[in-house]
This record gives sequence, C-alpha cells and structure tokens, in this order.
Amino acid sequence: MVERKRIDDKTGTSTVGHEWDGIEELDTPMPRWWLITFFASIVFAAVYVVLYPAWPLVHSATAGVLGWSSRGQLAKEVATEGTRKAPIEQALARVQIERLPENSELFQAAVAGGSAAFKVYCVQCHGAGAAGTKGYPNLNDDDWLWGGDLKTIQQTLLNGIRQPGNDATRMSVMPAFGRDGILQPAEVQDVVSYVRVLSHQEKPSEAARRGATLFANNCVACHGPQGKGMREFGAPNLTDGIWLYGGDRDTLTETVTNSRYGVMPAWGHRLDPVTMKMLAAYVHSLGGGEAFVPETPAAVAAATSNPEAATPVAQPRNVQP
Amino acid sequence: MSSPDDLAGPKQKLFEARTKIFPKAVDGSFRRLKWALMAVTLTIYYVTPWLRWDRGPYAPDQAVLVDIAHRRFFMFSIEIWPHEFYYVAGLLIMAGIGLFLVTSAVGRAWCGYACPQTVWTDLFVHVERAIEGDRNAQIRLQKAPWGPAKIAKRVTKHGIWLLIAVATGGAWIFYFDDAPTLFGQVVRGEAPIAAYATIAILTGTTYVLGGLMREQVCVYMCPWPRIQGAMLDEKSLLVTYKYWRGEPRTHGLKRAGPAARRPEVQDQGAEPQVGIPSLVALAANPEKTPRIGDCIDCNACVAVCPTGIDIRNGSQIGCITCGLCIDACDQIMAKIGRPPRLIGYSTIADETIAGEGGEPMHPLRRLLRLRTILYTLVWAGIGMGMLFALGTRTRIDLSVSQTRNPLYVRLSDGSIRNTYTVKVRNMENRPREVEIGLSGLTRAAMWNDAGSRETAGSTVRLKVPADQVARTRVFVAAPAQGPTRQDVTFTVRALDQEGGQDTDENFFERPETGQ
Repeated sequence: MVERKRIDDKTGTSTVGHEWDGIEELDTPMPRWWLITFFASIVFAAVYVVLYPAWPLVHSATAGVLGWSSRGQLAKEVATEGTRKAPIEQALARVQIERLPENSELFQAAVAGGSAAFKVYCVQCHGAGAAGTKGYPNLNDDDWLWGGDLKTIQQTLLNGIRQPGNDATRMSVMPAFGRDGILQPAEVQDVVSYVRVLSHQEKPSEAARRGATLFANNCVACHGPQGKGMREFGAPNLTDGIWLYGGDRDTLTETVTNSRYGVMPAWGHRLDPVTMKMLAAYVHSLGGGEAFVPETPAAVAAATSNPEAATPVAQPRNVQP
Repeated sequence: MSSPDDLAGPKQKLFEARTKIFPKAVDGSFRRLKWALMAVTLTIYYVTPWLRWDRGPYAPDQAVLVDIAHRRFFMFSIEIWPHEFYYVAGLLIMAGIGLFLVTSAVGRAWCGYACPQTVWTDLFVHVERAIEGDRNAQIRLQKAPWGPAKIAKRVTKHGIWLLIAVATGGAWIFYFDDAPTLFGQVVRGEAPIAAYATIAILTGTTYVLGGLMREQVCVYMCPWPRIQGAMLDEKSLLVTYKYWRGEPRTHGLKRAGPAARRPEVQDQGAEPQVGIPSLVALAANPEKTPRIGDCIDCNACVAVCPTGIDIRNGSQIGCITCGLCIDACDQIMAKIGRPPRLIGYSTIADETIAGEGGEPMHPLRRLLRLRTILYTLVWAGIGMGMLFALGTRTRIDLSVSQTRNPLYVRLSDGSIRNTYTVKVRNMENRPREVEIGLSGLTRAAMWNDAGSRETAGSTVRLKVPADQVARTRVFVAAPAQGPTRQDVTFTVRALDQEGGQDTDENFFERPETGQ
C-alpha cells in the first residue's frame, strides 16, 4: 500500500493515497453547488434548533423561541374541531328527538356521535357491537322491554332502569315466586312448562295445562293474558324467540323461583342532553328502532307549540306488582 | 525517502469550480428539430390547463384536471377515481418501458429533445443569446469589468429568466384547479397559500436549474444518464464521432490539402476538385500518400455543445444526444468540401464495421432487433390491456362489507338478521337511482336504514348523487334454518336507461344450532 499522494497523469487529479491491486482512488473534489447545499443545510439546522424544540434535556427539551409544541398544536386542532362541530351540536340541542329522522344529515351526525359515546359509556354491559349478553339486552334486535322508539329510548337513557331516588326511572320488580313461597317447586315446574309451550319450545302437556292456570293467576298482570309482555312494566314477551337470560328449563326455573330484574344507570345527570340524543339515535339505528307514535293528539299539539321543550319530561312509572 | 512535499501531497481544492459554458448558436436539421419539439412541448405545457371539456353540470369542465380535493383525475373523456389508480400506474409502467424502448433504439433521445431540463435550459440559452450575443460576445462580456452596459444586460437577462420561471411555476397550478377561476384568484391575491407556495417553489427551481445550473443538473444531479447509459448497447443509435474517418486530425484545410484524404471515403457525389491527383493514382500507391482524417480540429462541435463536452472522446455521461454537434460539424464539412456526418447518429456496431472498411447496416435496420421488438410488444400489450379495461369498465361500483359485531341478530320471530354496510359508487357525473338486490338466500327480506322490517322487500332502492359514493346499512333477515355460513351475492343495478351493474360476494351467517 502506497501512502503517498500523487497526481494521476490521465486526469490531472490527485489520488487519495492508497492502492489495492493496482487500483487507486482519485480525490475528485465535490462540485461547488454541492458544498453550498451542504453548508445551507447546516445553516438551516442551526436556525431550526433556535426556533423549534430540539435538544433533549433531563426532564424536557429546549423550547425554541417560536414556542411551538406538538401538544400545543393538538390542543389547537381539538379547539378547531370543536368550533367545526358547534353548529351540529346546536342544531341537535334544538331538535325534538322524535323529529330527528326528518333531517337525515343531522340524524347521520347524531348516529356517528352516538356511536362514539356508546363506545365510552355503554360497551361495558352491552358489548362493543351492542349485542349484549346474558342479562344485558341485545340492542340490535327488534325486541324491546320498555319500547324502541327514539323518545322511549332517550327516556330510558336519561333515567336508567330501577335507579333508586329517580322518580322517572323505569321501575318494576318481578316477585321471587319460588323463594318467597308463592308457588311450590312443582308448581314452578308447571309454569315453566307452560311458558315453554307459549314459546313453542315444548309440546302441550298435562303439566303445561296446570301451568296455564297458575300463569293466569300469577303472571298475566305483567306478562299479559297471552304472555306477550307489557312494556309499561318492562315485562318481556314470553312467546317470541328472544330470551334475555335463556329459555331452557333450568334457566326458566331459576327465573321463576328467584326472579330477575336488571338495572341500568341513569345517564341524564352524567351526560349532556346532546350526547343523550346522539346515543338514542345510535341505538335506534342499530336495526331494531321503532317508529315514534304520539300518545295522544293533545301531546302532539303541546310538543309542536313548544319546540323549546326538547328534553321530554319523564313520566313516573313506579309500578309495584 | 519521500520529501516533505511528497508527504503533504499536492494542494487540494475544496470544491470543483464550474467551468462556465458558452454554447455557440448553430443551425441545421437537428437544431430545427429541437425548435419544433420545444414549441410543441412548451405549448402542451402552457395551453393544456386552459382546454375546456363539457362534462355536464355536476363535473368540472376542464379537459385535464387533477382534482385533489375531490380525489378525481380528469383527462378529456376519461375520469379516473382513486380506486382506479392502476390506470395511472399502467401509464407509468408504459412510460418506463417506453423509455427502455426509446433508449435501446435511439439512445438518449429523451434527454436531448424532450426532457424538461433540456427544453427550459434551451429556452434560457436563447434568451441569453438574444441579450448578450453569441458565444464570443458572451465570453467578452464575462471578462469585461462591471459597468452600466454589463449591469443592464445582466439585469435584463435575469429579469426575463425570472419571468419565464414565474410563468412556468404559474402554469403548473392550473392543472389542479379550474384555470380561469384560479388565474383570477392569483392575480387578485385571493388564491390559496398552497398556490403561491407552489408558484414560488417552481419559479425557484426553474430559474436555478434551467438558468443557472444547466448542464450540472444533467451531469451531477440526474440519475437518468447512468440508467440510460446502462441500457444502451452496441446497436443503439448514438451521436458518434467517426474516428476512422476523422483521424488523424489536422489543423487547417490548406496545409493538408484534399489530395491527402483517404480515397476510399471520397464521397461519390462530391464534385471533383481542381488539381487533385487521380483516384487511380492514389489507389495505386496508397502507402506513399500521407493520410489525414476529415477532422480539422476546429472545435466547432465543442463550442456548440450545451454540456461542454468533446464528442470526439466518445460516448460519455455529459452527452445528452441533442445532435447540435452534428449540425455544427456538417457546416464545417460543407465548407471544406467533405461529405457530411463526420459526427452523426450511428451505432457502435456500424462504426466498428465501417472502421474495418465494411459496409455498415443502415441504422434504421438496427432498430428491428429482438430487444426493441420485445419492448414494443410489452409496451403495446399493456396499452391494449388498459384500453380494453377502460372500454369495458362500469361506472357503477358496489362494495359490501358485513357487520361482524354482532355477526347475526336473532329477531323476535326466531329468524336471523345480518347487517351489511353497502357502498355504491356512482362514477357518472349525474345523480342516479340504483336498486340493490340479493341472490343465494331463500325467503330473505331486505331493508335499509331508511326503512324498517315492515317495509322490507327483495330489493332496496338508493339514490346516489353525481360523482359520489352513497353508503347505507342494509339489513337482511332470513329463516334460522340453513347453513351457518351461506354464500350470497349482492347486485347493484342502475335504474336509468343506460343501466350498468356490479356485484359483490358476501356471506349470511347463522348461529350453530339453527334454532
């Protein structure tokens, strides 16, 4: 290896001074524009370091004279987004929930907002897809314990189910027929047989016939003479294919013996009215939403004449069986 | 022992100073070809955004428009949506293969004639010549001390360069928005900041790259010469100095005299010159004749070269094959009464044959060889495939995705409901009504989020706005009895006269027990 620089005859350029197997490297200088670009980059970096956060220190980094930070930028963007959403939220605050579907754009916005809120407050019980689980209703289906139109859903959300201290909450308690000795264990089995006949899970039998009599005496007050349930009491329809806790013999025996009644928090005092409307719209949009039917013509007149009354006043439904 | 001087080595320069090039004006067939191509390419660039194309009330009426805001690309009657980007990819592949084809056939023709760097540099060089004069005047001006005249010329030159640069940057933004509207906005100062930033950046790059850096871009910055150099072979057409005809060079026509020229290359059509010994005599006694080549070392080919190279050193990275040296040399050959094309487009293979005294193949015949034919076939194949796809594509598109949480819902009557998100893309620039149907599922009822189970039917109707995607949730209910996973096919059909339909496959899911 030759450690001496020399001028290459052919090009007139000096070599860098080393050689392998007769191959030498020419020390061709960089073009001037390349050097200028290189120095310009260094200047740019120096300016950047002064203007923006750059050097990491022990607990934070140098701030830079412009005061820019990624957190600050995020806060600004969040504020911008809030400003963008403000008109939609104002419109949602004004509209009566049952009239929401008339404005399809607003309804879509409400469903989108409700979907987001659902993922924060509701998935713990009802699941991410709102499909529920044993004891927690599936909100996708067409079976509603308390009713499935927008206004009813909203009221359920506002006041919750069986919330103590809330006059407007959904309230009903099924008696524990077996545990409290209203029915003997054999009679419970007869009622179970009848209920399974009602839902076409069993063929009519002697036990079911006995159960029919017991049902007529003890259950029709809430579940109705045909067992189709009553929404006033949140009493489930026993003739359809949907079972909140299960429709098999063991589960039904447990239900009749010890009774079942679920609870849900009242969200009215925790979430703002706009979020409540959005949540109701989202639950309604899942596929089982029912059309709103005004209760009386007088109520419609009152609602139309007073559009400011967007939040419905809940009716007390303290019904004890 | 080495002396201290040797150890220190020769004094190194930190950077390589640019040797300024003053290309001389030249006229000839290639220069005229360059003029024509420059006119065509610049016209295409500046005029295209202003062409109008009526697409009806729901779409822009600009013939060529890259509508980033609405994610559309319009090119005359063709409208490309983002999901059809493979057309653009296909065009890029065609451009790549086209470049292979051009390069393997005619060398770096792209560099010499059509490359934007070449076109704008050429334009800037012409402006420079119009103001500062031709090569010699420019060199004199360069050496002259600064005075009012020199300042005036320089200011004028850079001013016009900047105007061209602004026009270049300004024209670019018109491809991205309605040109007349945007022009008004730019002039009134109401255009978006992105428009001004784009103009500023492109003005800067045009001025610096086209006006100041010129051939340095081609030699140092551009990767093409390296790639294209690798794609050349001995049968590619290149600007070639016919060394076998030009060497040995000599200065001055008079000293050598035409008598000494090689008889075998005497042009048959050239007029016989007075006082020349007969060809027969020369042929009879060739050894005694001092042989000299046609090159008189006048350096005309070097003076006109826009990258300042000497083509007589052979094919090199600085050569953009613009052919101006051919024009310059032809003029000299005409003056000294020698046949033209001492420098010309030729292939290395032909020059080798010619150097050995053989008869070269016509360069154009070299074009037809396996490599070029294969490139052409691939290129044309992709083009035909794209044209076919373009001709048969539907302007309505269906995309169905199943809601998987929950996968199915049991309804109170015991039947099973699945939920799907259906997107219908209407790529026509008018609103259309479509019907979504389903096949593969018996006794199915279908409704969407605008209806309910009571209004369910076998199809769902949907209005799709012009040039938009409509999205709806579709609920499908069917009896619980059946396979746990059943293939279904969704179809969308346009209800207007023109029709058109699309399908998408999906599944209908049921619980395991089927109960």
